[in-house]
This record gives sequence, C-alpha cells and structure tokens, in this order.
Amino acid sequence: MDILKQISENLRGGNDKKVLEFTKLAIEQKIPPKDILDDGLIAGMDTVGKLFKAHEIFLPDVLLAAKAMYSGMDELKPILIREGIPTIGKVVIGTIQGDLHDIGKNLVGIMLKGAGFEVIDLGNDVSPEKFVERAKKENAKVIGMSALLTTTMQGMRKVIDLLNERGLSGEIKTIIGGAPVSEEFAREIGADAYGYDAASAVDRVKKLTREK
Amino acid sequence: MREIIHCSIKDIKPDVDIILKSQGVFTPPEPPEKINALLDMSMDLFGKLSIPMGIISEISISEFEVVYSGEGQNEKNTPVNEIFRRADNLALFTATLGEGISREINELFKLNEFALGCMLDSVASEGIEKVAEIAQNHFSEYLSKSGQTTPSTRIMRYSPGYCGWHISGQKKLFEFLHPEDIAISLTDSFLMQPLKSVSGVMIAGPKEIHHFEDNFPFCSKCSGHTCRERIKSLR
Ligand code: B1M
Repeated sequence: MDILKQISENLRGGNDKKVLEFTKLAIEQKIPPKDILDDGLIAGMDTVGKLFKAHEIFLPDVLLAAKAMYSGMDELKPILIREGIPTIGKVVIGTIQGDLHDIGKNLVGIMLKGAGFEVIDLGNDVSPEKFVERAKKENAKVIGMSALLTTTMQGMRKVIDLLNERGLSGEIKTIIGGAPVSEEFAREIGADAYGYDAASAVDRVKKLTREK
Repeated sequence: MREIIHCSIKDIKPDVDIILKSQGVFTPPEPPEKINALLDMSMDLFGKLSIPMGIISEISISEFEVVYSGEGQNEKNTPVNEIFRRADNLALFTATLGEGISREINELFKLNEFALGCMLDSVASEGIEKVAEIAQNHFSEYLSKSGQTTPSTRIMRYSPGYCGWHISGQKKLFEFLHPEDIAISLTDSFLMQPLKSVSGVMIAGPKEIHHFEDNFPFCSKCSGHTCRERIKSLR
C-alpha cells in the first residue's frame, strides 16, 4: 500500500503513532508536503467525516482520528510554513458572550482543522469586539459563533452588526451554530451560514471560503 | 436552614448509559473496546479530580421574589414565576465539582486528547447533576424530618438560564447563597466558575404546582423541551 494510503487508513483507525510514522516516512521520501496533507491526512479525515455522517462510527472514533491527524499535521506544519503553502483559510471561532457551553464549539474547531483550516479558538464567553478584532488582526475569512443558551444567542447579532458597522462584512463571513440556533435565526440576524452540526459546519465554511 | 454538603465520589457515580448517549454511542449490549477504555479512563479521572460540594439554603417566598427579580432581565411570564408563589417551601442551591476537573478537560483538549476530553466532559456534566440530586435529597430529608411534607409534596429544581429566568439571575441568587464558601464565583457575564457548577432553586409543594404547558413565547426557541420529561417524572 502506498504511504499516503497508509496515512489515511491509519488515521481512520485513530492510530496516531502509525500516522506520525508514515508522515515522517513520506517527508523523508520527498513526497510533496501538499500531497501528504491533501491525499493523506485530509483524505483520511474526509473519510472519517463520511463514516460518521453515515452512522458507521461514533463521535469518540472521530475524535481519536482527529488526534491522529494532528500528530501528522504537527510534523508537517513547519514544512508547509517553510514552503509558503497556505492553509485553505483561517477561521476564528468561539462561544458567544454570556455562554460557557464549549463542547459543540470544540468539535466544530476540531473538524475544521481536520479539513485543513487554520482555527483560532477564542474559548467561551467571547465579546463581539473580541471576535471582530481578532478576525481582522488574523486576516480570518470566517467567524464561527456557538451559542447554547437562548438568552445569549442574540449576542451573535451584535457580532454581525459590528462587522457591518466596520465595513468588514464583505471580507469576513459568519457562521453560527448551537442547539437553540436555526437556519431561520441565521437568516434573521444576517449570518452568512448556519451549521447544524460539526460536519455541516465544515461544508458550510468550505462553501463560504470558496464564494469569496 | 443553610447547609454545606460534601459528597463522596461513590455517591455521585455517573450513569454510564447517559454518558454514552451524550457521546452518540448507541450499541447494545456493549460499546466497542476503544470507547470502553475511554470511559474507564474518564471515570477514573473523574474520581480523582472531582471535589463535589454543594450548598442549600432555605428562603421564604417573599425573599425569593427579590432573588427572582434578578437584574430585571427575565421574560415577563415564566413557569417559575407562577410556581414559586404556590410553593410550600423553597431553598436555593448551588453545586460544583471544583476547578480541577475543568482544568483537566481543557488540558486534554490542548494536548489533542479530544476523545478523552470530550468523554470526561460528559462524565463530569452527568456527575454534577448527581451532586445537585444529593442536595435535593438533603432538602427533602430536612423537610420530612421537620414534618413539612405531605404525601403529595414534590420537589423540583429550576435554574437561571432556563425557561425565561435570565442567567443574570445568578447574581442575586449568589448574594443570598454566598457560594464563595465552596469556592464558586460569578464572572462579569454571570457565569459560574468553576465551569462544572450548577445553581438554582428547589421548589417544594403539591405536585400540581409543577405542571405547566410549554407554550410560553420563549418555548419556540427551546430545542430540548426537557420540561415535558421532568413533569412526566412527577409521579
Ligand atoms: C460556528 O458554527 C457552528 C456550527 C455548529 C455548531 C456550533 C457552531 N456550535 C455547536 N454546533 C453544533 O455542532 C455541535 C456538534 O454536533 C453541536 O453542539 P452542541 O453544543 O449542541 O452539542 C454538544 C456536542 C453536546 N452538548 C452539550 O455539550 C450541551 C449539553 C447540555 C446538557 C449542557 C451541559 C453539558 C452543561 N451545562 Co448547560 N447544558 C445544556 C445542554 C442541553 C442540551 N441537550 O443541549 C444547556 C445548554 N444548559 C443550560 C443551562 C441553563 C445551564 N447549563 C449550565 C451548566 C452546564 C454544565 C457545566 C453542567 C455542562 C457544560 C459542558 C460544557 N463544557 O460545555 C449552567 C451554567 C453553568 C455555569 N458555569 O455558569 C446553566 C446556566 C444552568 C444553571 N444555572 O446551573 C440549558 C439552557 C437553556 C436554554 N434554553 O437556554 C440547557 C439547554 C439544558 C437544558 N436541559 O435545558 C451542534 O449544536
């Protein structure tokens, strides 16, 4: 089996040590780093995402696979940076101000990284100013907001209003998610996208970054 | 009556089925080996790192009226607003697992140990519910020992953040309860620290008072409607 296939298959099984070993081997064998990333690591994570959507594997399996992906990614990242190979985009994520529920947001961040995005996680209880300022500073393409409390989901609107006020809404797109949030609410507050779960968040963010 | 409750880990053992369900694992009769291993490790960490504690403090209806009014941000009509006025007894409560477990969960995520971090989070979320249940049992025992219950008395817990009771309500609640005694504090956004903490009021009274329809204006925004299950459980 070729090395890239070994990477993606081991990643699927959550075997982080093997993923690291084969990533190192691929680097040694001078396989282009972009191919290792796309056809090994991201391809593996893509399969994992599909299996999860089809209910063939469980959330812990996805998270073990994500750890395996990151072990390969940590090895590859310095080379990608050195060779000036950009990520597919930067996303700033966080749980909205007044809310502490961070597990859903963490899962979205993990899956976005797994799809090749650079993710800047601001944690929970994040103010609208912090979202906007950090996204601007990092030149992020997307802001992702999570809310689990119905009392705080209105805070998402403030981020979008602030982007509009500062004339940044064309440059920085927004995606929202979390149990009380819906497609309809996203439309109502002017968010560019809504993610039902982590997998759909990845699809939507990919679409948002392609649209630009 | 005001009591600080120290729980032992064996009394708050989280329910495995609930944890697996929250992880989306539905595999009768046994989950896969890898998942079982994660569960065992999480249970172990939970036992080592949790310092489960709670406070309950009885409060009169008129005092609670002030607590409930909070920062003036509640919805106009709410279930709690109707229920507490018909109660026989009320007690405020808060419960926590301490800082250590939340720190460990964050650390695990930082170390890319996502599966273990996520499993431990589920275990801890289920564990903190158990601490709140123990606090409720204490209140129930206190009421029955002091002859304040009848066969139809039922106790339910209600918390800020749910059903139109704004989360900022935790400010007044804590001014009354003094949770600093068990090292819980509130952030400027009215969130409890440590993260694995819960708060609210326990309302005791005839079971009918706990019945309400889920047709308040804010119910349409609620995805869970768990109030239905709670009301059903009142036997
Ligand atoms: C950027 O784009 C995107 C795209 C998709 C996105 C996205 C962003 N973000 C999420 N998604 C989507 O993808 C994710 C993966 O599929 C999904 O994310 P979710 O976050 O939905 O799903 C997670 C993977 C798993 N789900 C969760 O982790 C949340 C589960 C429930 C049970 C929950 C938990 C676990 C907790 N809680 Co809290 N908690 C509840 C929750 C009830 C529920 N069933 O939702 C909820 C949210 N809590 C509630 C409350 C009120 C509270 N909680 C509190 C505490 C806690 C725990 C600490 C016990 C724990 C926190 C865990 C944590 N680290 O986040 C309290 C505050 C504590 C504090 N420190 O101040 C307190 C305020 C109660 C209190 N006063 O004690 C309720 C809110 C009520 C409301 N309608 O607003 C609640 C709905 C419970 C209920 N049964 O009603 C999707 O929504």
